[in-house]
Amino acid sequence: MTLVADEVRIEVPVSGAPRRGVLSRLASRLGNGFVQLVLALVALFWLVPVFGLLIASLRDESANTASGWWTVFTKPTELTLANYAELVANRTVWQSFLNTFYIAVPATILVVVMAALASYALSWIEFPGREGLTVLVVGLLVMPIQVALIPVAKLFGAIGLFGTITGVVLFHVAFGLPFAIFLLRNFFTGIPRDLIEAARMDGATEWVIFKRVVLPVAKPAIASLTIFQFLWVWNDLLVALVFADQDSAPITVALRAQLRQFGTNIDTLATGAFLSMIVPLAVFLVFQKYFVQGVLAGSTK
Amino acid sequence: MDAAPGRSPRQAIPFLLPALVVLAALVLYPLVFSLIRSFFDASGEQFVGLRNYVDTFTDPRTLTAFRNNVIWVVVAPAAVTGIGLVLAVLTERIRWATAFRLVLFMPMAISLFASGIIFRLVYEEAPNQGVVNAVLVGVHDVFSPSSNYPGARPRDGYTATEAGFTANAPARAGDTIMVPLVGFSPQQVPAPALPASVPQAGQGELRGVVWLDVSVGGKAGRIDPTERGLPGVAVEAVRDGQVVARTTTGDDGRFTFPDLTRGEVVVRLPSSSFTLPFRGLTWLGPSLITPVIISSWIWIMTGFAITFIAAGLSAIPRDALEAARVDGATEWQVFRRVTIPLLSPVLLVVFVTLVINVLKIFELVFVIAPGSVQSEANVLALQMWQVSFGTGGDQGAGSALAVILFLLVAPAMLFNIRRFRRERS
Repeated sequence: MTLVADEVRIEVPVSGAPRRGVLSRLASRLGNGFVQLVLALVALFWLVPVFGLLIASLRDESANTASGWWTVFTKPTELTLANYAELVANRTVWQSFLNTFYIAVPATILVVVMAALASYALSWIEFPGREGLTVLVVGLLVMPIQVALIPVAKLFGAIGLFGTITGVVLFHVAFGLPFAIFLLRNFFTGIPRDLIEAARMDGATEWVIFKRVVLPVAKPAIASLTIFQFLWVWNDLLVALVFADQDSAPITVALRAQLRQFGTNIDTLATGAFLSMIVPLAVFLVFQKYFVQGVLAGSTK
Repeated sequence: MDAAPGRSPRQAIPFLLPALVVLAALVLYPLVFSLIRSFFDASGEQFVGLRNYVDTFTDPRTLTAFRNNVIWVVVAPAAVTGIGLVLAVLTERIRWATAFRLVLFMPMAISLFASGIIFRLVYEEAPNQGVVNAVLVGVHDVFSPSSNYPGARPRDGYTATEAGFTANAPARAGDTIMVPLVGFSPQQVPAPALPASVPQAGQGELRGVVWLDVSVGGKAGRIDPTERGLPGVAVEAVRDGQVVARTTTGDDGRFTFPDLTRGEVVVRLPSSSFTLPFRGLTWLGPSLITPVIISSWIWIMTGFAITFIAAGLSAIPRDALEAARVDGATEWQVFRRVTIPLLSPVLLVVFVTLVINVLKIFELVFVIAPGSVQSEANVLALQMWQVSFGTGGDQGAGSALAVILFLLVAPAMLFNIRRFRRERS
């Protein structure tokens, strides 16, 4: 029965035009061509700005001030990697590029580990207040980080973490946790109860169940969370703007100083912006499935 | 040893402790602290009651930020949800839907900072740097070609009006009109220009010469030997507000109105010869800055909306759509009466998510708005940063703004909690 129903469904075109005759088929074909054209134009609108930035980053200062990036089609010889060489040779910028890793990697690992632990307890250990705690986490999902900037700056100042990478990491962990717990808890609760109960019957401790049963099953969710959290931290400006000093600044903060003379240093800014985009773009293209899932699950953040 | 594993509250402690400590110290305690701090002055020592809130709602900078936040909330999430819905439905008809969604989703992966720089470049005012103005100028120049003598003007005796430079004194047949122009570089005079000379008007005609009266050491208002006539300047003869004759100067700058038999006319040089070249719009100026930043936000968030809505669309039972089509409904009716109602819970979630995102908007304004117009583009999150850490340095007022932001987001918090509870039961 199911098979038949499926076959019938396949015969109906997705656009839904019943086979009425040559004219209506032609109209539908033309309509579809029009849709394709519109969508191609839309895609172009999304690509051109990024392409423009890329080309601007590959032309030197005089070329960028003299003419727009689109002149590259007539003068392709102007392309050069000199801006990148110069930027990478600049110690402040290179250090900030490394700092971005030093911030994003620990902030991601800590969030994943802490959230996995907490989510396990929220999903599979019964304790008083579990319901309330879960609701609290859901409520914290949309908490604006602004409410914590001033108090945490004071707190970090008092314990010597202000202006350090550790401080920036801790802040990211705190504001990454609600979403991370939310995402993992949703996944953990979907694990069949029998699996957990069977392990308990065998006398496994909670720790062993967490490590041997839950974590292996939850790999896709953990992958989504890892990628989402990594990009979230990598792309941050505001947190680092407040909590990092010159030596611990990530690339977004380091480039921010260049913003003031935008018209005259497009070459530096475009190159810096593209340098900061390379890692997220690579992660996105390689792990797009996990990233998209993470974003959809974290739609509330 | 616990008798029933999994039912022991104590075993939950090591799992929960790390996350709870961090959340309590860096999220919950700060929330309470900010609330209390907002009732104290800048130094943090003097209790001022609601003063910070009163100041916030009377400060013109903050009011601009409020106004902009309202514009953002009203325009941006609805626009993105609408565009996302239309594109999600359209992508169902094409084979390269995955590639299309990938392209539109890509901005979600890069930083708002980088997106800001991308759009700063897109909207850069100079038409040789910003692509939007380059396109505008290109299109504009196709339909109204640029003038020959931008910025040039008669030395004296003419009044500038909307239509052009109008002679103060009337002329009649037999007169010779001298029109010395200034305000234009001799280097830019077109190549065919010949030396200017004074024409002689015959019976029943009006003659004149338009020349560039700028030779060094020459006499103002007189044709010196090195001075050239200006070819291609439009000249009109106007009588009672009506153009009665129209001509263009020759290579030596001379012009002639042959048949001016009766009455007086006024000579006018239409402004089309002198208009400054079109340089596009000041996108990053005070009047357009918020729409510009909203457009870049739309660029960033549309991919999210499409993907989310497309996931919702694929969950709609095909049978419902087919049934409507079999009943003779048009595609539009199917979309309007079947798709949208079935999709409305998804659309609501997308919309609420976008509203939350918009309320917290910071980086885009920070990066795209040049320093001089940042006060025009201001939003609450940016104002909070400015007041507390930027130029302000008043953490009392900053805390008040943070609390206000929290209160604005609070309904979304309740929305999420209610949705969560409903999904569980």
